Amino acid sequence: MKIVKLKKENLFPFLESLSKEADLWAPVQKYENKHSFQLIKDFSQIDLKYTRTILPPKKLFLPPTFNMFLATEQGYEEDFSHVTKKILFGIHPCDIHGLLILDRFFQHVFDDPYYSKARQNTLILGHSCWPDENCMCKSTNTHIIEEGYDLFFSELETAYLVWIGSSEGDDCIRIKPGIFDEDITDEDIQIYIKWHNERDKAFQVDINFIAMPDLMELKYENPLWEKLGDACLACGSCSNVCPTCNCYNVLDKPLLNKYASEIGRCWDACTLESYSEVAGGENFREKRAQRLKLWYTHKLQAYISKYGKPACVGCGRCASTCPVDINVQTVAKALEGKDMDTFWNRLSKEVTK
Amino acid sequence: MNGENKCINQTNPYLPEAARIVRTYPLTEDVKYFQVRLVDMEKAISFKYSPGQFAMISVLGAGEAPFSISSTPSRPSLLEFCIRKAGTVTNAIFKLKENDHIGIRGPYGNGFPIESMHGKDIIIVMGGLGAAPLRSVLLYCLDNRDLFGRVALLHGAKRPAEMIFREEFFALKERKDLECYLTVDADDTGKWKENIGVVTTLFPQLKDINPSKTFAIVCGPPVMYKFVLKELIKLNIPKNQILMTLERRMKCGVGKCGHCAIDYIYTCIDGPVFTYWDVIHMKELI
Repeated sequence: MKIVKLKKENLFPFLESLSKEADLWAPVQKYENKHSFQLIKDFSQIDLKYTRTILPPKKLFLPPTFNMFLATEQGYEEDFSHVTKKILFGIHPCDIHGLLILDRFFQHVFDDPYYSKARQNTLILGHSCWPDENCMCKSTNTHIIEEGYDLFFSELETAYLVWIGSSEGDDCIRIKPGIFDEDITDEDIQIYIKWHNERDKAFQVDINFIAMPDLMELKYENPLWEKLGDACLACGSCSNVCPTCNCYNVLDKPLLNKYASEIGRCWDACTLESYSEVAGGENFREKRAQRLKLWYTHKLQAYISKYGKPACVGCGRCASTCPVDINVQTVAKALEGKDMDTFWNRLSKEVTK
Repeated sequence: MNGENKCINQTNPYLPEAARIVRTYPLTEDVKYFQVRLVDMEKAISFKYSPGQFAMISVLGAGEAPFSISSTPSRPSLLEFCIRKAGTVTNAIFKLKENDHIGIRGPYGNGFPIESMHGKDIIIVMGGLGAAPLRSVLLYCLDNRDLFGRVALLHGAKRPAEMIFREEFFALKERKDLECYLTVDADDTGKWKENIGVVTTLFPQLKDINPSKTFAIVCGPPVMYKFVLKELIKLNIPKNQILMTLERRMKCGVGKCGHCAIDYIYTCIDGPVFTYWDVIHMKELI
C-alpha cells in the first residue's frame, strides 16, 4: 500500500480543494461532549478529537427516513434524492468496519440500490483515534483497518501518515500537488510505532468474542435473559446508534393532492414491541427478553458463525447510550458468568422503581 | 436455497409491477380468492416461480404485505392468491374489484425442494388457511403426476363453511391417482359426510407408508404443528423430509428489512420452507 505524509497545516487546504467536488461531512461537536457527522460549511467546526458520534455513519447512506419511490396509478417513479456526492472525513476504523459489514449485508443476493448508490458516491477518508472506557474495538479486532477506505489519516505529532486505499484515493492526493510528501523518515516511523504501542495499551475493555456463539447457544434458556428483559425499556436506542443495525420499516404515505403515495423507509429496531407482529395480532416475539435475545444473537452469534467475526465493531455506542446499561459489554460479561452483582442490583432497582 | 435473484425487477428489487385483478370471489366469510395477471404481458409470461414461494402485494395508500402464491407454475401467466381479511393491507385488498390494479413483486423465498421430491411419495397436511401455500404444490404434483409416487392430501377446517377451495377438494376426491381425506373439527350443518375431528384423526387412513421415500408437507395454524409432527414422526418419516412453510412479518422479501429474522437466518430468503430438522436445530421457528 502506498503511504504519503501530509503536514498538519495542509489538512484543511487539502479538504477545501476536495470539497469543491462533493459535500464534505465530518465530525463536529453538537452538544457538550457529543459529536455528530455534519455537512461542513466552516472548516473550523471540524473536531477531530472526538471519540464517537451520536449516530453512526450509516445515516449518510440510509437516512433515518427517506423515500424509495412514488407510487401512482400510472406506475412507479424511483426516488434517489438521498444520493449525493459526499466525502466522509474523520471516520474511525470501527465505523469503517461497520460499513464493510453493511456492504456484505445489503449487497448479498439482492443488491439494495438505495444503499449501493449512496455508497458508490461517497469517498471514505478515515482518521486514527484514541480509545475511552467504552471502546471494545480491540476485542472485536476492528481497532485497525486495512480496507474499506479511500484515504486513511494516521495522526502523528506534526503530520499525518496518509494511507492510500483505492484508486480514487490516489486521485484525491493529486488534486493539490506538492503538499503530500512521499519521503517518510525513520523518525516518522518511530513516532508511529510508539503511538501504536501506547494506543494498544490504552484499551480498557477485554471481551472474548470468539467464545460468544457457544455461550449464546448454551445460555439460550438462561434466566439472565428474563432479568435483562424486565429492565429493558424497549426504546430501540441501541439499534439506532449501532453501526451495523440495518432493520427498517416501509411506509406508505398517501399524498393529499393526488391519488399517489410516497413509499418511504425508516429505521426500525428488533427491540420494539411491534417488530415481529403479523396481521391478525400474532406476535412471534411478544416478550422483551425474546427481542433482546434476537438483538444479541445477531451481534454476538450469527455473524461470527457465518463470517468468523462478530457483527459488533466495538464502537461503544450502545454502552454510552442505553439508559439502563444493557449493552454488548454487560451482556457479554453476564454470558461469561462474571461477577455482575452490582449490575443486577441496579437493574432490579430500575425495575421496582 | 438462499440463491439467486430471480425476481421480476432486476435493478431495483423494491419496485413493484402493476397487476390487474382478473377474477375474485369469496372462499369463506373472511377469505377471498384473487386471480391476477401482470399488466406487462411479457413479464406476466416470464414470471417464473416454484411452489412454496411468495410475493409481496401492495395496494396504493394502504401498504404492502407478503402472500403465498396459491397457483402452480405449471399453469403460467396467471397468479392466484387466497387472502384472509386480517390487517390494513388485506382490508384494502378486500375492497378491490375485478380489473382494479395492485402492485406485485417477487417471487421470493426458497419454495419446496421440488426436484428432490421427484419419484417420492407425497403427504400433504393442511389446516385452515394452510391450504393457500400448499395448494400450489398439490396442483403441481397433480399436473406432473408421473414425476411423483403416491400423493395423499389431508385437509382440515374448523367447520364446513370455513373449508377454503371446498368444491375443488371435493372434485379431487373423484381422482383415482390421489388419496384425498377431508375433515372438519365440528359439523354445524348436519350435512357433512366426511370425517369429523382434527386433522390428526385422518392419519389412520394412511396405509402402508414407506417412510424413507416419503416427503410430508405441513402448513396450518401454529397449534396444529405439534400434533401433526408427532404423527409424522410416528410414521418414521425422516426429519429432513418433513417440510413446513412458515409465516413471519416481512417488509422487503429480500433479506434486508430484518423483520422475519429467526436465529441467524431470514425467513424470506432462507425460508419460508423449512424442514423439521431446521425446527429442532434453530429454536423459535415454531
